[in-house]
Amino acid sequence: MTSKLLKAATYAGAILSTLALVSIVGYILIQGVPHLTPSLFAWEYTSENVSLMPALISTLIMAALSLVMAVPVGVASAVYLVEYARPGSRFVRVVRVTTETLQGIPSIIYGLFGLLFFTTALGWGLSLLSGACTLAIMVLPVIMRTTEEALLAVPQSYRQGGFALGAGRVRTVFRCVLPSALPGILGGVLLALGRCVGEVAALLFTAGTVAQIPSFGTEGIFALFESCRTLAVHMYVLASEGLHLGETYATSVVLLVMVVVLNTLTNFAAKKLSKERR
Amino acid sequence: MRSSHAKETFARICFTLAAALSIVAVALICIFLFANGIPAMAEIGLPEFLLGHTWKPSGDEFGIFPMIIGSIYVTAGAIIIGVPTGILTAIFLSRFASSGVARLLRPGIELLAGIPSVVYGFFALMVIVPIIRTTLPGNGLSLLAAALILGIMILPTIITVSKNALDAVPKSYYESALALGATHERAVFRVMVPAAFSGIMAAVVLGIGRALGETMAVVMVAGNQPLIPESIFDGVRTLTANIVLEMGYAADLHREALIATGVVLFVFIMLISLLFAAIKKRGQNS
Repeated sequence: MTSKLLKAATYAGAILSTLALVSIVGYILIQGVPHLTPSLFAWEYTSENVSLMPALISTLIMAALSLVMAVPVGVASAVYLVEYARPGSRFVRVVRVTTETLQGIPSIIYGLFGLLFFTTALGWGLSLLSGACTLAIMVLPVIMRTTEEALLAVPQSYRQGGFALGAGRVRTVFRCVLPSALPGILGGVLLALGRCVGEVAALLFTAGTVAQIPSFGTEGIFALFESCRTLAVHMYVLASEGLHLGETYATSVVLLVMVVVLNTLTNFAAKKLSKERR
Repeated sequence: MRSSHAKETFARICFTLAAALSIVAVALICIFLFANGIPAMAEIGLPEFLLGHTWKPSGDEFGIFPMIIGSIYVTAGAIIIGVPTGILTAIFLSRFASSGVARLLRPGIELLAGIPSVVYGFFALMVIVPIIRTTLPGNGLSLLAAALILGIMILPTIITVSKNALDAVPKSYYESALALGATHERAVFRVMVPAAFSGIMAAVVLGIGRALGETMAVVMVAGNQPLIPESIFDGVRTLTANIVLEMGYAADLHREALIATGVVLFVFIMLISLLFAAIKKRGQNS
C-alpha cells in the first residue's frame, strides 16, 4: 500500500513539473506567435511600433562583447587550475572560494556593483561597455567551471604524448589538451551566452534602457559608451508599461526560441564530446 | 632553447594572472558594496536600519525589516512549493521513469532552467495573478503569486542536483535492499534517498540561494508594498525588489540605503554559500 502511494507521489511530482513547463511554454507560444508580425522586426523602435530589432541587435553585441572579455580569462584560469597549479596550494584554494562566491552572487548585486564601479567610479555612464563588463564578471565562473571539467576529462595520455614528442607545457596545452576539450568549453560558452541573453537585473542600472542600436557606423568606437537595452530588458520595460501586451508575448517567444537554440547547441557539443572520447 | 623558456614563463604568468582576476573581482565587489553601504548603515543606525518597520525615503526613514521578512517569506514559500515537487521529480527520473520518458523530460528541464526570469515574471503576471485575483482574496499581486512562480523557477536546480546525487549512490545499495526483501519503492525511499541525503540538501540550499536572489520575476508579481504581510494574499517587498524598484531615481542617503540593502542581501547569500560548502564537505567525508 505505502509502496503504491510512494510511487504515485513520484509520478505526481513529475506530472506537476511537466505541467508547469508545458503551461508556461504553451501559454507564451499561443499568445505570442500570432503577434510575430514583420513590423515587430522593423529597423526602428517607435512608441507606436515597439520593434524588438534594436534590442535584438543590442543583445547580440552585448553578449559578444562580454564573452570576448570573459572567455579568454575564464579558459586561462581553468588552464591554470588544471594544468599549472599545485592542487591544494593556498592560491588555488582562494581562487576556488572566490569562484564559488561569484557563482552564488545574485544578478542584482552584480547590477549594483556595475553601477558603482563601471558606471559611476570609472565614469562610463549607462553604456554598452558598463553592461558588458558587468555581464563578463557574472559569467566568468560559469566558463571557468565548465572549462575546468572539460580539461579534467582530457585523458592524461594526451599530455604525456605531447611531452614525449618534445613539446613544452604551453605547446602541449594549446595543441593537445585544449583542442580535445573544445566541445566542453563550447558548452560552457553557450551556457554563459544563455545567461547574458536572459539577464535583466544586472543590466538595468549599467546599460540602461535606451531602445537604440549602438551607432558603431557613425560613432565608431565611442558607440561603446551609448546606452542600449537587450531583448530581456526590452521585454521587462514592455511588460511594466503594459501597453503592448501582444508584442510582449511575441518578444517572449523570441527569447524562448533563443533559449531552445542555445540548449540544442549545448547538447550537440556535449554529444560530440562524448563521441570523441569513445 | 632560451626563447622557449621565456615563452613558458610568460604563459605561466598569463594563466596565473587570469586565475587571480576572479579574486580581484570578488575583492572589488566587496569593497565597492561595503564602502558605499556601511556609511549609510552607520548614519541611519544599524538597529533602526535592520529592525525599523518603516521604509519612507521621503521622510528619511529607512527600516528594511519588512523587506528582510518579505525575502524570508517568499523564499520559504518557494521552498514549500518547489522542493517536494523537485525532489519527487528527481526520484521519478532517477528510479521510476522508463528511459524513453526520461529522455523526453530532460530537454524539458533544461528549457525550464534556461527560460529568462522576465518570461517567468510575465507569465505569472498574466496567468497566476489573475487566477489568484478572481478566486482568492486580495488583488492577486501577492506573496502567494511570488512564491508560486519562484517555486517553479527553482525546480530545475532542485531536480538536476538531487538527480545527480541519487544517480551517484552505488548500485550495490539498491541491490542489497532488494536482496533483503524490500520492494523497489521501499529500496528507493528507505535506502537510496537517505544515502543521497547530503546531495539533496545541497540542492535545497542552492534553491534557497536562487529564490533569495531572484529579482525580476518577484518584482513583477509581489505587489511590492514595504509592509510586513499579514496573509499570503497580501503584497510583499523583498530585498532584491527594494533595490531594483528605487535605484533608478534614488539620490544621497536614499541611494546609499539601497546599496546597504544590497549589503544585507550579500551577507545572506554568503551565509547560504557557507552552509552549502559545509553540506558538500560533509557529503564528501561520509
